[in-house]
Amino acid sequence: MTAPLLAAQGVCHRFGELAALEDVEAAVAPGELCVVVGPNGAGKTTLLRVLAGLLRPDHGSVRLRGSPLDSLSRREIARSVAVAAQEPSLPFPYTVAEVVGMGRAPFLGPFGRESGADREIVLEALARTGLALLSERRFPTLSSGERQRVILARAFAQTPCVMLLDEPTAHMDLGHRVKTFEDLRAWVAGSPGDRAALVVTHDLILAARYADRMTLLDRGRCVSHGTPREVLDPARIAEVYGVEVSVLDDEEGRPVLVAHRSRIAYTPRPDGSDR
Amino acid sequence: MSRLPTLLALAGLLAAAAVLGLAFGSAESPTREIVLEIRLPRVVLGMLVGAGLATAGALLQALLQNPLADPFLLGISGGAALGGVAAVALGGGALLGLSVPALAFAGALGATALLYAIAAAGGRAPAHSLLLTGVVFNAFASSVIVFLTTAVELNRVAGVFLWLIGSIRLVDDAMIACVAALIGLGLGVGLYYAYSLNLLTQGDEAAAHLGVDVPRVRRHVLLATALMIGASVAVSGIVGFVGLIVPHLLRLVVGADHRVLIPASALFGAALVTSADTLARTVLAPTELPVGAFTALIGGPLFLWLLRRELSR
Repeated sequence: MTAPLLAAQGVCHRFGELAALEDVEAAVAPGELCVVVGPNGAGKTTLLRVLAGLLRPDHGSVRLRGSPLDSLSRREIARSVAVAAQEPSLPFPYTVAEVVGMGRAPFLGPFGRESGADREIVLEALARTGLALLSERRFPTLSSGERQRVILARAFAQTPCVMLLDEPTAHMDLGHRVKTFEDLRAWVAGSPGDRAALVVTHDLILAARYADRMTLLDRGRCVSHGTPREVLDPARIAEVYGVEVSVLDDEEGRPVLVAHRSRIAYTPRPDGSDR
Repeated sequence: MSRLPTLLALAGLLAAAAVLGLAFGSAESPTREIVLEIRLPRVVLGMLVGAGLATAGALLQALLQNPLADPFLLGISGGAALGGVAAVALGGGALLGLSVPALAFAGALGATALLYAIAAAGGRAPAHSLLLTGVVFNAFASSVIVFLTTAVELNRVAGVFLWLIGSIRLVDDAMIACVAALIGLGLGVGLYYAYSLNLLTQGDEAAAHLGVDVPRVRRHVLLATALMIGASVAVSGIVGFVGLIVPHLLRLVVGADHRVLIPASALFGAALVTSADTLARTVLAPTELPVGAFTALIGGPLFLWLLRRELSR
């Protein structure tokens, strides 16, 4: 494997009594679309925040192109790593173009004066996400699916080498979900060949289809790691998610996950879990 | 709307407000002395106070990620007033002494810190917890102020109360220069961080992901806010709602970009308070009304309308 662009090693983090991450590894190499999956509360978002340098883990290290994240300023990190997180609803009436333009922030001077080149990049990001016609709309007036596309466009406008995306398709319709994964695939494959994306998602079906590599987290631990076919073992999915699944093949030989029935019972078991 | 024509239009509005402020007053045929020595300082102070409060409002709204923030409603002006009254009561010095702005600044800073500790610990502050903290702190500050005024000589108590409800006092040139310097400094800091504030309104985490050193921006901008509120309160007491109304109205016209919103707020706030003060001096002349009564007359109903809109979202 080529040297990873962004890598976390031996990450442990606790929130009080709760162990959110225990000895977790995660890395993205150039050209890779890596997906992190796991049930609610598995530690996916915590891992993403650690990778983004927003949360300093109790143990372990995160390196961006070999340099520890601790040694870099927020601005230096932001020039290489774009994060699209689950955004709260914003009360201020920025236009779509203004929000996407904020992706250029790490490259601007203190007064935020954009150059012609910056504006080009923003227009391209708007076009790439199909937002060109919405660019003058006020962000708060958009639907939640449209807002997610705006946040994604902002990440594209940041021209990063690594994108960290937290449930980027959660509010999107099926068409836009598939389109978003296709666009991410195209983006990591595009020039100049040093791009990678890490996506946290609940959508195992799309993840199975589009991910190069997959990490399955459960209760703060990395349960499995590998290609989607390796990770999506029906027995393991039943164990972690409490659902019976089959993994089939589509006409191109990619794995297709089919869910049959839930095993979750809302009656407490002796070990306190519900599955 | 592009920024330059808007700012020029607002500067024109401010110039008109200043001319009216110089032309009208209780004297029907004003002498040169009245215009230069009484009205001119009032107009200058009105502009400074308006610019300071409106800019502070815009900065607070961005920092707290809440468009309902206002120096008066959140108790920051109350904290400044408490500091000012303490300077008068404890110092025993003249109300004009420089200890008043110094303690007003300390009070504003203390109230801001308290607000942060209680209502905005996690960055984004829900409207109700901010406003509740403000209401409670205002009530507390008023009680302490009443307590402190018992230490003020009886013949000066009326002056203190008139100041508290928001009226621009005539002060000497040194004080005007001091207030101008503080508000200018605060405005400068606000303009310097204008773009960072745009990013900060997207949430603390999003701003950090976009390269903003959030704690530093927050610290500097909060200091600037407390400076401007402290300086404004020192010369005009509690003039409410300016910090709320001005950025709100302007967002409808210029949008939410702080690179335009901050200078526009300073200009429009200056024009608004100057005009309100001219009205306060003239409608019942020779009796003078507190300018705070006028701003509250417009600001109170407007705030309730905004609150209703906010809560129904």
